[in-house]
Amino acid sequence: MAEVPAELVQELEARARSLRADVIRMLAEAGSGHPGGSLSAVEIVTALYFHVLRLRPQQPAWPDRDRFILSKGHAAPLLYAALAARGFFPAGELLTLRKLGSPLQGHPDLRKVPGVEASTGSLGQGLSVGLGMALAGKLDRRNYRVYVLLGDGESQEGQVWEAAMAAAHYRAGNLTAILDYNGLQIDGPVSEVLSPLPLAEKWQAFGWAVREIDGHDFAALINAFSWAAEGRECPSLILARTVKGKGVSFMENQVDWHGAAPSKEQAARALAELEARSPFKTTGRPSVCPQFAPDTDGEGWIRRPLGGRRGETLLSGAESRAAEKACRS
Amino acid sequence: MNTKQQEKVATRNAYGRALVELGRRFPEIVVLDADLSKSTKTHEFARAFPDRFFNMGIAEQNLMGTAAGFALAGKIPFASTFAVFATGRPFDQVRNTIAYPGLNVKIVATHAGITVGEDGASHQAVEDIALMRALPNMTVIVPADATETARAVAAAAAHQGPVYMRLGRPAVPVLFGEDYEFRLGAAAVLREGSDAAICATGVMVAEALKAAEQLAAQGIEVAVANIHTIKPLDVETIVHLARKTGALVTAEEHTIYGGLGSAVAEVLGEHYPVPLVRVGIKDRFGESGAPAQLMEAFGLTASHIVRAVEVVRRRRAEWAGRCR
Repeated sequence: MAEVPAELVQELEARARSLRADVIRMLAEAGSGHPGGSLSAVEIVTALYFHVLRLRPQQPAWPDRDRFILSKGHAAPLLYAALAARGFFPAGELLTLRKLGSPLQGHPDLRKVPGVEASTGSLGQGLSVGLGMALAGKLDRRNYRVYVLLGDGESQEGQVWEAAMAAAHYRAGNLTAILDYNGLQIDGPVSEVLSPLPLAEKWQAFGWAVREIDGHDFAALINAFSWAAEGRECPSLILARTVKGKGVSFMENQVDWHGAAPSKEQAARALAELEARSPFKTTGRPSVCPQFAPDTDGEGWIRRPLGGRRGETLLSGAESRAAEKACRS
Repeated sequence: MNTKQQEKVATRNAYGRALVELGRRFPEIVVLDADLSKSTKTHEFARAFPDRFFNMGIAEQNLMGTAAGFALAGKIPFASTFAVFATGRPFDQVRNTIAYPGLNVKIVATHAGITVGEDGASHQAVEDIALMRALPNMTVIVPADATETARAVAAAAAHQGPVYMRLGRPAVPVLFGEDYEFRLGAAAVLREGSDAAICATGVMVAEALKAAEQLAAQGIEVAVANIHTIKPLDVETIVHLARKTGALVTAEEHTIYGGLGSAVAEVLGEHYPVPLVRVGIKDRFGESGAPAQLMEAFGLTASHIVRAVEVVRRRRAEWAGRCR
C-alpha cells in the first residue's frame, strides 16, 4: 500500500468524529432512527466526501460530478451530516431530521435535499440506480465515477445481484460499490439471519474486482478508492469490514442499536466519549474545517496534498495486481 | 376514424416504429428491455441505435432501477417488458425509485390484458392499470390503436415525469387517421349521443364504437369517449357526459377493481352520481385461449357493451322513478 500522509489521516479522523457527533445529536433530537449502521459507515462516507468525490456544493447538479448513492438509506443521518459539512445546505437544518416539514426525511429524498443523488430506503435498489448513472456516463463520455454504499444485510436482496450481474456485463468500470460489512442486521447477526457469505467470492464470481479492507482505517480506504479508480473495465467492490455502532462504546456490536435512537442522557455520554478522543469541538454545530480549501474546481478537497492526479493509483503495479483478485472482463 | 376498413396493427408494433423515429429526434432517449425485445418491438430501436439500447436480461427489478439511474443522469429512458413483469414484479422499484422521486422514466409495457391469449393468466396483466394508477406522480396512458400509440409515445417522451403506457399483443383495428391529435390528459369524444355514454379505453374503444353502431341501428344514440389517459383523468369530460346522458358504461380489458371503471365511479360518486355499469374483468384471473375467444368468454365484446347500455338505461329509468 502506498503511504498516506499522517496529517491527511488525522484530518479525516477529526472530520469523522465530527460526523459521528452530528449523527448522535440528530438521532437524539429526532427520537428515532438508525445509529448502528450510520456509525459503522462514518469512515467510508468521510473518505468519500472529504477526499474522493469531485463535487461542487454550490452547483449540486454539475454534470461531471462524482455520484454517491446511499443504498442503505437508513444511514441517512450520516449522509445528511456529510452533505451539510460539505456545504450543500446549512448545518443548522440537521436537527430537523425526521420532523414534519423537514427536508431531512427518515430516508433520503433526492427532491428535498441538495446533494442526495437517489431516493433510497427500500433496500437493494441503489446499485441499479448507480449502474444507470454509470452507463449514462460512459455513453456521454463523461469521466465521473459512481459510488454506491451497500449494507451486508442488504445483500440478501436479489436485486443487488441482478445489478451486480448487469454491471459486470456492461463493463461498468466507473462503478464502485462499498459494502459496509458490519455483520449485524435487525434480527441478529447477518450470518445467523440469512448468511450472504462468502461475500468476496460471490462478487468475484459475478465479475467484479474485489478488495477487502478495514472499513475504519483511512489509509486503507484511501488506497482502496485509488485502486477502484484505476480505470479497469469491470466494476469494483470494496468489502469494508466495520463495527456496527463504531465509536460509541455502548453501541458497538449491539444489534439493538440498529434502529433505536439514544436518549438525551445516552447521547450526552456518547458525545463525551467522542469529545474525549477529539481535537475538534463536538458540542457545537458542524463547521467548515479551516484546513480544507474551498471546493471551487470540483476536485476532492484534500486530494491535492497527496500529489496525485485523479485516478492515479497509489499502489505499485505489483501491489495492484496482487490486490485485484479477479476482474474477468 | 374508420372502423369499416378494419386495417389491423398491433399497438406494440406502432411503439417499436415510434421509438426509432423518436430516437432520431432525441439523442437522450435510451431503451431498456428485459429479454423480450423481439416481442415488445424495442429490438427495432436496438438495431437502429445499438449504443443506446440495454438488454437487462430477465431481471425486472434491476431494469427499473437502472432506468431510474439513466433518468437521473439526464437521459429519457424507455423501459419495456410485458405488463405483468413491468408492474407487479418490480412494483416496489417503480414505487420507491421512480414514482416517489418523480423520475423521467417511461415504462411502456406490452402484452397487457387477456388478449395475450394462449400464454394464460401468468402472462396476462389484468390489474396493471390499478397498480400504476395508485402511485402519486405517475401518468397512465392506454392507447386505443396504432395511430394513437405513436402519438402517445411522442407525448410521453415530451412529458416530464414518470409514465406508464399499456400496450397489447394482437393486431387491433386502426381507428384513427394520420390527422389524429393526441392530447395527454384530455379524453376524446369520438361519437356524440345523448341516450347513454360509453367511456372506453385501449382495445375496448373499438368495441365501444361497434356497440354504438349496433345501438344506433336500434335508434339509441350513445356517446363514446376514448379515455386514453387514465391518470390524470379528464374529470370534466366525464362529468359532462354524465350530465348530458345520465347513464354511463365503462369498458376496459382490465379488472373492474381499480382501473377505468373504478376511476369513473369515483368521479361520478363525488361530482354527479348517475347509474354506471362497468364492463371489464370481474375479479378473476385470465386463462389460456385465443384472444377473441377470451374476449367473448370474459364479457369484453361489443355485444356485452350493448347489453350494459341497456342495463344502465333501465337503471336510469328505475332511479328516476325512485328519487327524482
